[in-house]
Amino acid sequence: MKKLVVGSREFSSRLLVGTGKYKDFQETQDAIVASGAEVVTVAIRRTNIGQNKGEPNLLDFLNPEEFIILPNTAGCYSVDDAVRTCNLARELLDGHNLVKLEVLGDEKTLFPNMTQTLDAAKILVEDNFEVMVYCTDDPILCKELDDIGCVSIMPLAAPIGSGLGITNPYNIEIILENSNKPVIVDAGVGTASDATIAMELGCDGVLMNTAIAEAKNPVLMASAMKKAIESGREAFLAGRMKKRLYASKSSPEDGVIK
Amino acid sequence: MNAKTIGIILNGSEIHLKSNSLKELIDSLNLSEARFAVEINREIVPKSQIDNYTLNDKDEVEIVIAVGGG
Repeated sequence: MKKLVVGSREFSSRLLVGTGKYKDFQETQDAIVASGAEVVTVAIRRTNIGQNKGEPNLLDFLNPEEFIILPNTAGCYSVDDAVRTCNLARELLDGHNLVKLEVLGDEKTLFPNMTQTLDAAKILVEDNFEVMVYCTDDPILCKELDDIGCVSIMPLAAPIGSGLGITNPYNIEIILENSNKPVIVDAGVGTASDATIAMELGCDGVLMNTAIAEAKNPVLMASAMKKAIESGREAFLAGRMKKRLYASKSSPEDGVIK
Repeated sequence: MNAKTIGIILNGSEIHLKSNSLKELIDSLNLSEARFAVEINREIVPKSQIDNYTLNDKDEVEIVIAVGGG
């Protein structure tokens, strides 16, 4: 399958996965390997003061030379905090400039604050970051983020961690029609069919965390999601049949025994 | 050297240090083998400068690592 090109990078998998909410780092690693994802999001947080010697670190389980680490700005509610977090992430990852920008507006919905998201995106793009941006599914704002120079537009399908699926496929279609950049559905997917629907609409990829991590068997769900993404992509490329209201025979009319 | 200490804010908590060496602070946190990033008074301290960096009284230090997230 054709690779997904995001900014200066190429991804062989169209499934991007988060690393939160797993039981431990081993389960995180097992699920990610089963998902086939190449791009893996991480959060940036203060280290414990008085950390135990040799305490395991997430990046010991996800080698930055094997995976494309995508640091996020989760938990940031202002332009300033989001930009600071991106700068820390770039230093932490030896100059790696790909980031997932999210500036949140509200704790209950975790919807993005879009005015602050636009401002932060401008600052980061100017500072040579490649910005993949979590945003609302508003086609006008998505176009603005595209024009600012974000490398991927990532509208939510439903609130983060909700598992409600693709709640507004019509907006996603309009965003896809308007966008020059890869559109990756970020957040809201609950199960494999949701991921397939996003891909059948023509999305370039799907980013998910909770749908895999909160499954009863995360490793099996990761494998299901891998197939769902591939199926949806192939179905989109194949081009679906037209819907019709009435039946259309599949077997020949002639030669039926009487 | 006398027993004078300096007070800094590390990740939001006030602590007192006997040494003003950033390197010694990081070693004491058992972080030497991990990937981390340091910001002091809102400026990033590049890895290459950590060994020779001298902390000052009242510095606000943030040390971060990558953790699980979506």
